Amino acid sequence: MFAVRQVMHGYDGTEVLRVPSWSAAQGSHWLLLGPSGSGKTTLLHILAGILRPASGDVQVADQDLTALAAAALDRFRGRNVGIVLQRLHLLPSLTVAQNVTLAQYLAGVPQDAARVSEVLQSLDLADKARAYPHALSHGQAQRVAIARAVVNKPRILLADEPTSNLDDGRCQQALDLLLAQATACGATLVIATHDQRIKARVQNRFVLGASSPSSS
Amino acid sequence: MNLATLIFAYLRARALNTVLHIVLLALGIGTITLLLLATEQLDQRMRRDAENIDLVVGAKGSPMQIILSAIYHLDVPTGNIAYTQAKEIAAHRAVKKTIPLALGDSYRGFRIAGTTHDYVAHYGAKLATGALWQRPLETVLGADVAAQTGHGVGSKFAGAHGLGDGGSAHEGADYVVTGILARSGTVLDRLVLTSVESVWAVHAQHQGVHDVATAAEHMKDEEKEYTALLIQYASPLGAAILPRYVNNNSDMQAASPVLETARLFSIIGVGVDVLRGFALVLVFSAGLSVFIALYGALKERRYDLAIMRTLGASPGRLMVLMLGEGLLLAGAGGMFGLLLGHGFAELVGVALKTARQVEITGLTWLPEELLLLVMALVVGAIAALLPAWRAYRTDIAGTLARG
Repeated sequence: MFAVRQVMHGYDGTEVLRVPSWSAAQGSHWLLLGPSGSGKTTLLHILAGILRPASGDVQVADQDLTALAAAALDRFRGRNVGIVLQRLHLLPSLTVAQNVTLAQYLAGVPQDAARVSEVLQSLDLADKARAYPHALSHGQAQRVAIARAVVNKPRILLADEPTSNLDDGRCQQALDLLLAQATACGATLVIATHDQRIKARVQNRFVLGASSPSSS
Repeated sequence: MNLATLIFAYLRARALNTVLHIVLLALGIGTITLLLLATEQLDQRMRRDAENIDLVVGAKGSPMQIILSAIYHLDVPTGNIAYTQAKEIAAHRAVKKTIPLALGDSYRGFRIAGTTHDYVAHYGAKLATGALWQRPLETVLGADVAAQTGHGVGSKFAGAHGLGDGGSAHEGADYVVTGILARSGTVLDRLVLTSVESVWAVHAQHQGVHDVATAAEHMKDEEKEYTALLIQYASPLGAAILPRYVNNNSDMQAASPVLETARLFSIIGVGVDVLRGFALVLVFSAGLSVFIALYGALKERRYDLAIMRTLGASPGRLMVLMLGEGLLLAGAGGMFGLLLGHGFAELVGVALKTARQVEITGLTWLPEELLLLVMALVVGAIAALLPAWRAYRTDIAGTLARG
């Protein structure tokens, strides 16, 4: 679950984000909608705990993020939050399996090779475990990024414009994978997008607008 | 996976850069190591050869030349001194012990030194086989001489006039080997030792005396000459009295081994300092190249670093990662540098051995080398400090939002 109340954030005195209230049950799937510049990425970063809002309360997985000290927040993020970014940013010097193991290592959880191969298997990447990122197609690289995000079984899985560069077929595939992986580990899923093609597949919407955000 | 895996993976992915940093640093550290080894061993060797010789008396001329010729047998002597005058010096109350040297001939480039058994005893040398010389024209060979000429006890050879190769041979006055010295690590290893009387006799023969065995006995004292006299003082007070006594009251010259070798090292020292400065420039540029590489890569790595933060890494861990990269490069460069320095020293040693000069080996280690390794690590740490700080300060949300 997560709950956001009276969250406000801005840069250099300009307000870029204002969210009166948004909460979600554990395991629910959400689309975060809104035009470019409406603060979708900023809100995603706040939910992920990589950005502290200027004001407001943020609760993720029963934890008040604003109450956590920096080190504790890093620790919480590593263990409870999975993020798939628009640009995938796999570490080029590490193999696919190492990129996924990296998430376990940096989160400080035991390194579990069986779990890594299980996740790679479920994303149809078993034969790419020893490949380096430069040898992967975009679709494969995105699946590695998803694997990296879910290997620690996060409570919340965040995806930023995961389908923006994909054709229709791959767009649906990516969405399927995110939904399936989130369901598999019981994570709350939030997909920030302005892609019309995936709206039909997810019922819960939260729309960030210039004036009045609404929940439906 | 651990920190080392991450660092190795990153450095391996940029193998060319990594090799460049390591080679630069290794060249600098290697040069310093070589200088350290060479000067230390040269110093040690020269100290050992001049040990317990307080003063050398020779013919008037350059004091340094006297030391180089009479102690190290590297330079030509300044001339000869009269036997009678040398006896006067030996009888002086400030003198405890004297060792005479009569030089002038050589055999296959090795000097023939006419002296007394005291000379062998002074360096604590032991016989490997045979016995010390007793009669004229009996000789004892230094270890290197025996090894290079292949002569053993009973071998005969004729000395050549002059100290270099190619002098005319003294026909009809063959030396016979009675003993071989064990290696002592001193100048004795490269000398052919015989009695002073042998040297006198060989030269008397030159002037028409034919019975070499008894030639010296028939010489008048006024005809006898030494090349130099090695002197040990009876007390430290000798240093105050004897050099002035020799220089003022005779046509001889007194030279202090301590003063002259110190002077020699201060001259060599200029060259060593220049080389060391050059090596430090290499170390510094290695540090600079590591810094530029780490700092320059920050721009393209800022996403990697931000991603590691989103995966739960603390800022401190990123800082340690960057410092680790600098330290690993520096450590590898330092280790290779030490190996390189020792390899060079051994090569130089092998090259000098055939040139019959001073022996240098790369197979000993000095405690100072640990300091070199520390210096390399400090350079690496300093080079990585600013990049590490920048990594520590990475603004994740800002970086990812722009990406």
